[in-house]
Amino acid sequence: MQGKGVSSGIAIGTIKYCAQTTRTVEKRQVTDFPAEIVRFESARALAAAQLGELAVSTAQKLGKENSLLFEIHQMMLEDTDYRESVTQIIQGQQVCAEYAVQETAGQFKEMFASMDDEYMKERAADVQDVSRRVIALLTGIGEESLLGDKPVILAAEDFSPSETAQFDRDKVLALLTSTGSGNSHTAIFARTMGIPAVIGVGGALTPDCDGLFAVLDGETGTVVLNPDEVTLAEYRKKAAEQRQREELLLAYRGKKGVSRSGKEINIYANIGSPEDVPAVLKNDAEGVGLFRSEFLYLEQSDFPGEDTQYNAYKAVLESMVGKRVVIRTLDIGADKQADYFGLAHEENPALGLRAVRICLTRPDIFKTQLRALCRASVHGKLAIMIPMITSVNEVRQVKSILKDVQDELDVAGIRYSDSIELGIMVETPAAAIISDLLAEEVDFFSIGTNDLTQYTLAIDRQNHAIEPFCDTHHDAILRLIATVVRNAHAKGLWVGICGELAGDLSLMKFYLDVGVDELSVAPPLVLGLRKAVCDSE
Amino acid sequence: MIEFEYTITDKLGIHARPAGLLVREASKYNSDISLKIGEKTADAKKIFSVMGLAAKQGDRTQITVSGEDESTASEALQSFFGVNL
Repeated sequence: MQGKGVSSGIAIGTIKYCAQTTRTVEKRQVTDFPAEIVRFESARALAAAQLGELAVSTAQKLGKENSLLFEIHQMMLEDTDYRESVTQIIQGQQVCAEYAVQETAGQFKEMFASMDDEYMKERAADVQDVSRRVIALLTGIGEESLLGDKPVILAAEDFSPSETAQFDRDKVLALLTSTGSGNSHTAIFARTMGIPAVIGVGGALTPDCDGLFAVLDGETGTVVLNPDEVTLAEYRKKAAEQRQREELLLAYRGKKGVSRSGKEINIYANIGSPEDVPAVLKNDAEGVGLFRSEFLYLEQSDFPGEDTQYNAYKAVLESMVGKRVVIRTLDIGADKQADYFGLAHEENPALGLRAVRICLTRPDIFKTQLRALCRASVHGKLAIMIPMITSVNEVRQVKSILKDVQDELDVAGIRYSDSIELGIMVETPAAAIISDLLAEEVDFFSIGTNDLTQYTLAIDRQNHAIEPFCDTHHDAILRLIATVVRNAHAKGLWVGICGELAGDLSLMKFYLDVGVDELSVAPPLVLGLRKAVCDSE
Repeated sequence: MIEFEYTITDKLGIHARPAGLLVREASKYNSDISLKIGEKTADAKKIFSVMGLAAKQGDRTQITVSGEDESTASEALQSFFGVNL
């Protein structure tokens, strides 16, 4: 079966399918209802106490941000409306406590489900989750222990937060669900805990899968049931390689990327949202070399406000505690479209109105972003990077807009750092060729090899038919990189590479020879790249 | 009794997280604390009540604090709203 790989890693083992515990409870009549109310109250109090403990242990394991949910769950059980509803049902209908809890849960779920707000609708699941806990205590069935002695691949329709929080990392090989999205609790927890996970495999995953032997690849999203020997051997090899690599690489945490002959390259990480920062820290990147700000624009139905942006930038700057964070300004257009920009259809979007061209055409959008960036700059070491530059004039226009923004902030008495670095992405052949002139204007260059390759070789990177013609090591590309580095160093600028090519280990010698200062790659590649630097001459 | 008004600026409105924080903050005080948006009223110490408001960005919220510690409570809540919502 095929799903979406949301947390990488290979798992080989038996599937344990956790049937959704939506067991309906029996409607049992009781005569001694005061006793039944006491029964409910003690189960409720115990459940609330359990949630309190869960909040504390989660805070210790995963930080306070992740524990608030359980405090909210605890509040739900302590809510007087909830308690009164249960008590009234017990009393009024003379029924058992578990039935009354189920009825109450139904009513509150209904309240959320009827709300005109997608987010609030989903909170029905929280009511369900807490009520199930009380019912389990009342019926004495107890939450079926999800875990036995042997580590398993845990499968379910989806997992509730209180379930995922109780998982013992050593007993869970992987998580597998039939529903869920990349932003579901399951996906977030899996990534935070470093458990491989595949979600949304759909109807192929049924309770009948329980007990089946399987291999799961959390990167590709592939799950093979009852794998044959060949497949198994292949995945075992992949898993062993991965494990070996990880262990080997841990030794490179806290080290610097210095080659045997003493040349240093800083290894930074690329991120797409503040949620990626834990992975950056885990892999000990020395900074963020590319924070794509697009996520702020792409996941929206309207332009993101200044505060929304400020909070996202601030979150990343603060978590990186003083390490450099390069934030790329708006890079919408071409393959990244957002409807509300109202961009006209273009024959050649890759050569069209995109990135800085939008910013200079509609400075209001750009100003909001620059203002948010400047305000956030006091929380760390900020570098602003402008994409798709082709001329000196464009850089000057950007600088003039930035100056306007800072003047406005001065007037309003709002602070910003006086050591913000301004740089450009060198991703057009034009920028590379005039990099000597551009170097006069900015503090750093970051070479975006994906677009640089596409524009230099005239190869659409999304067209698979011409892949054979795409030589990413083409001399033209390597010469341009060498030129850019030389011109930058002549003016005292630092140069990084943030495209796919940065992670290409076969080019390490070249990078060291030309003197690239920084390579920025996806967080899981950081340590491998640092090792490659250390192993080089 | 002290009343003040606050317009929600948080993009998500009073979603679960701030609702939880608000209940926690409000529960520190003895005063009765209620929120009113349009015709809907909520008890700030009850999580379901607060979430049931479904307060959104831009909603004008009227906060009423009444009780012996109303002045401390309303001051604390004013700053709470400013910081969290």
